Amino acid sequence: MKYIDEFRDSGLAQKLAAAIKNEAQGARPAAQPFRFMEFCGGHTHAIFRFGLPDLLPPEIKMIHGPGCPVCVLPMAKIDAAIQLAQRYPLTLCTYGDMMRVPGGQRLSLLKAKAAGADVRMVLSPHDAVMLAKDNPSREVVFFAIGFETTTPPTAVIVKQAQALGLKNFSVFCNHVLTPPALKWLLEASAEGADGVPPSDGFVGPSHVSAIIGTRPYEIAATAYGKPVVITGFEPLDVLQAILMLVRQVKAGRAVVENEYARAVTAEGNVKAQALMAEVFDLRDTFEWRGLGWIPHSALKLKDAYGAFDAEKRFALEPSTAKENPACQCPAILRGAKSPEECKLFGTVCTPENPIGACMVSSEGGCAACYSYGRRKDE
Amino acid sequence: MTQRFERSLDIKNGRVDMTHGSGGRAMAQLIDQLFAKAFDNPALAEGNDQARLAIPAAGRLAFSTDSYVISPLFFAGGDIGSLAVHGTVNDVALSGAKPLWLSAGFILEEGFPLADLERIVTSMAKAAQECGVQIVTGDTKVVEKGKADGVFINTAGVGLIAEGVDLSVHNIRAGDAIIVSGTLGDHGVAVMAQREGLVFDEPVLSDSAALNGLIDNMIKSGVAIHALRDPTRGGLATSLNEMARAAGVGMRLNEAAIPVRASVRGVCEILGLDPLYIANEGKLIAFCPVAQAQTLLTAMKGHEHGREAAIIGEVVEDDHAFVEMTTTLGGQRMVDWLAGEQLPRIC
Ligand code: SF4
Repeated sequence: MKYIDEFRDSGLAQKLAAAIKNEAQGARPAAQPFRFMEFCGGHTHAIFRFGLPDLLPPEIKMIHGPGCPVCVLPMAKIDAAIQLAQRYPLTLCTYGDMMRVPGGQRLSLLKAKAAGADVRMVLSPHDAVMLAKDNPSREVVFFAIGFETTTPPTAVIVKQAQALGLKNFSVFCNHVLTPPALKWLLEASAEGADGVPPSDGFVGPSHVSAIIGTRPYEIAATAYGKPVVITGFEPLDVLQAILMLVRQVKAGRAVVENEYARAVTAEGNVKAQALMAEVFDLRDTFEWRGLGWIPHSALKLKDAYGAFDAEKRFALEPSTAKENPACQCPAILRGAKSPEECKLFGTVCTPENPIGACMVSSEGGCAACYSYGRRKDE
Repeated sequence: MTQRFERSLDIKNGRVDMTHGSGGRAMAQLIDQLFAKAFDNPALAEGNDQARLAIPAAGRLAFSTDSYVISPLFFAGGDIGSLAVHGTVNDVALSGAKPLWLSAGFILEEGFPLADLERIVTSMAKAAQECGVQIVTGDTKVVEKGKADGVFINTAGVGLIAEGVDLSVHNIRAGDAIIVSGTLGDHGVAVMAQREGLVFDEPVLSDSAALNGLIDNMIKSGVAIHALRDPTRGGLATSLNEMARAAGVGMRLNEAAIPVRASVRGVCEILGLDPLYIANEGKLIAFCPVAQAQTLLTAMKGHEHGREAAIIGEVVEDDHAFVEMTTTLGGQRMVDWLAGEQLPRIC
């Protein structure tokens, strides 16, 4: 099939795998494999779904990063959304995966819905605005989450709500930005802080980069000497990116390379960026699950759109919820641990009964590892 | 049987109202002028509260029921009516039985257009006729507006299993070939596309179909078929996991051999879904000894609903009852149970 099959050709995959092996073998002592972090959950998912670890030589170790928008949202934000839905007579709309993420007291939006709160899953934020338009007497709140990919659509609906003159619609904005998180990882990895392992380079996000371009990643190469290869979610893309990373490391180079030129440019989608700039302001700081508080890493609605800001319209009490201390999501999101290192993995914590967010989203490291990665000989 | 009614049903402009479920004249009118007319057969025409049926031969009865709640009610390639017939006919036929009779129970929402109801009922009657079953008894209830989603249909089906036919998941054993009757995910993607208003160059049609004809061909091939299953909700992956667990075996699939339409794969890519988990309504999975798999495959390909049949893997010994797959790239992965609903990706 056009555009898909060509990125899943098994002959090409074998060739790429052989080339990676060729480059990597003997380049490092056995105990020091090349360690590359795939920042984005889409890549983690692809690696497990296509069984790529079987194709990679032992000299390559992939570390799963924080790039799953569902996983990085801290429990307090889930609790805030649950509070909104339970305390006010409103309809809370959100993306499907968010419904299952456990908040404090093991409550989730799905459970709140079963207990009577009006929570609805939408496939697109547009559905939320339409719901508000069709039900003028009902308050509708869109629980917005995600990286730069899902941010422009949220900007669009805010403007739409304004154009429609809606008085009953608002957005609970939790959009976060990838470059500050990457910078956090680079710093932590340079200092070996918080157990973050040093990595030799990064597989860079594809869809996010289609919006923001490749420039924001240059700091990794220039200031921290780490190569970044932006690449797509197809398995051949990922293999190609790994090969490019090995080559850069071996050659002592560190630049941002773009394997995903079919969708990503240096500038990105300028229109989408302008739209985001028009509707959103940077927050001073924002909490990421696993990474903690990162300055200038998230967005809020501009004052001009304050009428559509759920945080301004509804009073929310801060959550005092504590993460399950046994859950290793924070360490997994930092790349400090792998899912199997969590005691709850696959026993107490499964996709049917997730303890942490990493087991909920299909892009979470634990879910990908559990759903695709278990072996009968293990 | 003719009855005098003051007015005939206004199918074109009328709507279901509470009186249609009240047991009074309006309900009799609806049943006579719509259901009985469309489903016409001797058992129904007797007008009793039950159908009295002569069992045509010796053997065992197969009996199954299912409820159909689907949005949208009409989709590319089918509607809730034909689906309610095909689904139950298939559940009966997968035991190797010849499906004979169906019941149909309707839960109607007040305000539902009679014209749409007629379309659904006509489609049910046509589907029943095509697969050689009779709808011999039924029931109608009306609920207040807002308490249902237009129409819910429950069908139950009865069929006759001939002597000597024994298809059951417990017959599956290591060394069996796993065969699917055609491309996967067509129904789920067709419904999703309609619901989300997605438009494609090449529209994806639901595969909703009755499989009793195909199953008949398969049984006649003389192959020792061990078990059949239709991968409806949860798709191929869920069905295989259920069967692996019930039979206490493992399964190994070959991704490259699994037939999926290019358009379905495209939609799945865009939405971040996996076709292995998407619903089918006119497909089956068959298990038989590997040595006889080619014979069975040939028999299946000889029927219109089996043209694209393919051998997709093998049953192996495994106490974990894992379903594993060699990916198109040559790596290994689990094909796990679906957890909750399959949801489009966010990023
Ligand atoms: S397995 Fe579950 S509990 Fe453990 S880190 Fe992953 S999500 Fe948290």
